[in-house]
Amino acid sequence: MYSNLWLIPFFPLVGSIFNGLFGKKIKNEAVIGAIATGLMFCSFLVAAQNFFRLLGDTEKIHEVVIASWMSIGQLQVNWEFLLDPLSAVMIMVVTGVGTLIHLYSIGYMHGEEGYYRFFCYMNLFAFSMLMLVLGGNALVMFIGWEGVGLCSYLLIGYYYEKKSASDAAKKAFVVNRIGDFGFLCGLLTLFWTLGSKGVWTLNFVQIAEHGHVLEAGGLVVTVVTLCFFLGATGKSAQIPLYTWLPDAMEGPTPVSALIHAATMVTAGVYMIGRMNGLFAMAPATMMTIAIIGACTAFFAATIGFAQNDIKRVLAYSTVSQLGYMFLAMGVGAFSAGIFHLMTHAFFKACLFLGSGSVIHGLHHAYHHAHLHDDPQDMRNMGGIRKKQPITFITFFVSTLAICGVPLFSGFFSKDEILWWSFGSTRGHWVLWLMGAVAAGMTAFYMFRLVFMTFFGEQKTDPRAKDHIPESPLTITIPLMVLGFLAVVGGYVGVPKILGGINRFEHFLAPVFEHNQHHYEIHAHGAASTEYLMMAISVGIATFGIFMAWTMYVKNPELPAKFTARFAGLYKAVFNKWYIDELYDFVFVNPCKKIGTFLWRGIDVRIVDGVVNGLAWVVKGLGAGLRYTQSGYLYNYAMAMVVGVVVIVGFYIFN
Amino acid sequence: MENLVQEAIQNVNLQAIMPSLVLSAFGMVLLMITVFSKRGKTTHVAWLSIAALVVTGFVSLAGWNNPQAGFAGSVILDNFATFFSLICIAAAILTILMSDDYLKREEFPVGEYYPLILFTTAGAMWMASGTDLMTIFLGLEVLSVSLYVLAGYFRDQTRSNEAGLKYFFLGAFSTGFLLYGVALLYGVTGTTKVQGIADYVLAHPDSVTNTMFVAGGLLMLVGFLFKVAAAPFHMWTPDVYQGAPTPITAFMSAGPKAAAFAAFIRVTIIGLDGIQSELTSLFWILAVLTMTVGNFIALSQKDLKRMLAYSSISHAGYALVGMVAWNEVGLSAIMYYMLVYTFMNMGAFAVLVLIGKKGEDNLTLDGVAGLGYKKPILGVALCVFLFSLMGLPPTAGFTGKFYIFAGAIKSGYIWLAVLGMLNSAVSLFYYLRVMVQMYFKDPEEDFAWVSINVPTAISIAISIVGVLYLGIVPGTLMNLAKMAGF
Repeated sequence: MYSNLWLIPFFPLVGSIFNGLFGKKIKNEAVIGAIATGLMFCSFLVAAQNFFRLLGDTEKIHEVVIASWMSIGQLQVNWEFLLDPLSAVMIMVVTGVGTLIHLYSIGYMHGEEGYYRFFCYMNLFAFSMLMLVLGGNALVMFIGWEGVGLCSYLLIGYYYEKKSASDAAKKAFVVNRIGDFGFLCGLLTLFWTLGSKGVWTLNFVQIAEHGHVLEAGGLVVTVVTLCFFLGATGKSAQIPLYTWLPDAMEGPTPVSALIHAATMVTAGVYMIGRMNGLFAMAPATMMTIAIIGACTAFFAATIGFAQNDIKRVLAYSTVSQLGYMFLAMGVGAFSAGIFHLMTHAFFKACLFLGSGSVIHGLHHAYHHAHLHDDPQDMRNMGGIRKKQPITFITFFVSTLAICGVPLFSGFFSKDEILWWSFGSTRGHWVLWLMGAVAAGMTAFYMFRLVFMTFFGEQKTDPRAKDHIPESPLTITIPLMVLGFLAVVGGYVGVPKILGGINRFEHFLAPVFEHNQHHYEIHAHGAASTEYLMMAISVGIATFGIFMAWTMYVKNPELPAKFTARFAGLYKAVFNKWYIDELYDFVFVNPCKKIGTFLWRGIDVRIVDGVVNGLAWVVKGLGAGLRYTQSGYLYNYAMAMVVGVVVIVGFYIFN
Repeated sequence: MENLVQEAIQNVNLQAIMPSLVLSAFGMVLLMITVFSKRGKTTHVAWLSIAALVVTGFVSLAGWNNPQAGFAGSVILDNFATFFSLICIAAAILTILMSDDYLKREEFPVGEYYPLILFTTAGAMWMASGTDLMTIFLGLEVLSVSLYVLAGYFRDQTRSNEAGLKYFFLGAFSTGFLLYGVALLYGVTGTTKVQGIADYVLAHPDSVTNTMFVAGGLLMLVGFLFKVAAAPFHMWTPDVYQGAPTPITAFMSAGPKAAAFAAFIRVTIIGLDGIQSELTSLFWILAVLTMTVGNFIALSQKDLKRMLAYSSISHAGYALVGMVAWNEVGLSAIMYYMLVYTFMNMGAFAVLVLIGKKGEDNLTLDGVAGLGYKKPILGVALCVFLFSLMGLPPTAGFTGKFYIFAGAIKSGYIWLAVLGMLNSAVSLFYYLRVMVQMYFKDPEEDFAWVSINVPTAISIAISIVGVLYLGIVPGTLMNLAKMAGF
């Protein structure tokens, strides 16, 4: 019934191969963009068809086997897809937001060198991401997991002639390797321990079914889930492996929107959701996840205060919002985490694309005026709402959404997370407090961004300031769609106390509910407490907005005073708490030193010596053996006779 | 004797030999057609041959899960035979696809070429379905005689003549060993039936110490080891592969080799099962020797056909690893590997067919310098085949080797698997060197003479699809290979 699932990743794969092989020859941007975007849209249509079919289906978990991959002993691994509410939500987000961002890229990337290369990578990314979320076993998922990492690397380094871009790409790749190492360790440990109990499988459904053969709360399951979580921190930019994400903004803006905001960075959250049964069995891991998530949400928000690059602010905001999702997973609010993943995909994609639209406009203006100012620096902006009204409106509603202003999508998802972190059996009021304060900070830095960019006086160079156009339709249409979703996307999950029935949670229940019941994970508390919590968090957010208004609209001289007063603190925040420097000092430089020693001392002298020596021996042997091949028939016959005599003689006289 | 004939006549079951029968009939008809065709007009014969092979393929499918024994148990069309027959048919089709333009380029478009390929294939299928040493021998000879002619097909080229002659002399020499071995076995056991020999060993556990029996078995195996080009009986391979017309080289390395393995497996696994423990140590040594000799000498080759000849020796060594394993995984791994090898090796040869000039003196390492830039699609295709020959994922070569070594490890031959993998590492050098030439050297030639003709392109495309399909979705065919095992 769901047999056409394979089409969903197949379409972008075709697009990638086609543009990769023929894009260079086609040269026509319209054709290249239309193929990539059109195929993404086809993929979206198939995804939507399957999604609605699943909505109306009573059976919610479907495995579709495409082909047998390998069978060794008792292990049978297939090329298989798993469609359940969780993956259904993910494919809708990936293909839907993906299609919009592809459409956006047609206009945004216009005139860029290697236009075909961009779309080839983007399609390849979509393919990998869909394999990741649809994969029915850990190996298929792993292909996607590595594939998205590769595409992320390729796209961050898209402007590879630029040193900062290729450095950022390398950083992302290396940091992700650390996470992938954890992921693989977890996978192999799980595989062997399950196998030692007679369950040889990598299939998710079977892991969920037989996971209970491991001891709940035991060492094995804790280690396994911690390893998986390490993988998630790499991919989803959590403490301690978040440092690559802000640098990843070197990539083109659509890349930041698609990969580094809406989809790839949420893979870690998805993975925890996919294996929620195992995680539910390991309270220690869950607690770690919740703490790391809350800390990341809080910590990244502080850095957002002092950044001047519009995309960097959004990057830290992404790290912070991902922290919320992990907080949700950690306190057992699995569906709330996925809910926030979805609303975040809408509003953050819209924000990134909006920032791209502003950058695009400024770039155009500077180009027109032959200036080389930085089009991403917010200190050069201001007053853009009049120049780019559509961009402004969509950006503004998305900002309201991310700040958790009531009635916008982010309000529902963030509030549910905060409520669970307070009321859940695995929650704690400290977690709630960190989350609530981070929400206030989010409101502050986001409105700081909005005020600096769109309001006030235009601080752009006078020679350029009148040449900022509104972006073309291919850019504004995705903005409007995403802006609309940022407003209404939350209404699928209106909580009970606000008179809703939380459809979203009900839909995802088949994936999570069993484990939540079984391990007694639920949020409890009086409705009055819930109202109170909600009011407090809304109050904090409003306060943040108010502060931003005071400092950046009412008294624009205030920020300068603050920075002068708290110069040390400001400098620390501005320099991102020196975490990069710390990592360089503690990890990177010693590693480099060890590496240099291994290179000069061990590698060149010993390893190369051995390898070259071996190669010399091998070559010598080959050259020597070659002389056995004289070309004379009688020599060959002689060799055969000798061979026969030795073989037969050996057996007869032995 | 009288009785035997009587029995044989009563047990005739034409179903059992139908594939070879059909193919031989087609071959003879086509031979007649070539007589009445103009010299140089051979294209229609080629297409008719392909049609004949396709029909034969369907005929042999009749034996799948429906074993047909015939002629008093001297032939059987079972899953095993069908599997190998289909490999040979695939190899023959790919060969014919790349032949037509090749023959025209080399100015030797004579029509007997195609019927000879059909006869070779018929012989190969006969070998795969033989359950009596005499029928296997018959198949082997039909196959060999046709191949001798094909190897020396360019009668005005010295190299081709040399190839044909050397192959013939050494082939005859090895057949001598084979027949002598069969005679000795008959002397001891009183039968030439594979099952009969197995029964004899079962009834006489002391036959391991029976000199005549052991000598007979080993001499017979030498005959097969020669055909699969295992060291130290491999020396004919480089000279013959280099001298023979390139499509024929490709064919020899895949179809007849698969058939030889088929007979080798059937005779050893069934007939000589009783002396398994003695034979595995022999195969262990031969496998390591074959892999090593093939890979090491290939390192110093400059001529691409010759390099691929040594590479094919080393691949026979990998297949022998599966023989050492002597278990279900190892056995089905060999069958799978033969299929994989057919696609990847014939694909590589098909690319060589396209880039060669008349006389093929340019098929050297230097000759492909810069090919990747001048002919990007051919370059990519060759890379896919070379990656597969190296055994890298996601190509079929990886899964093939994976199953082979998995079988060895399962039977406890860890060191053999380690040596096999080390050998694979050595082989990286000479395969990669071709790619280095293709992509890191400036082109000295413009490759203007390369014109991609449709049939050869089809054979390359089929091979690529095969290599990638078997590499990414190995499960289906591996299961078929398992069903085809004993």
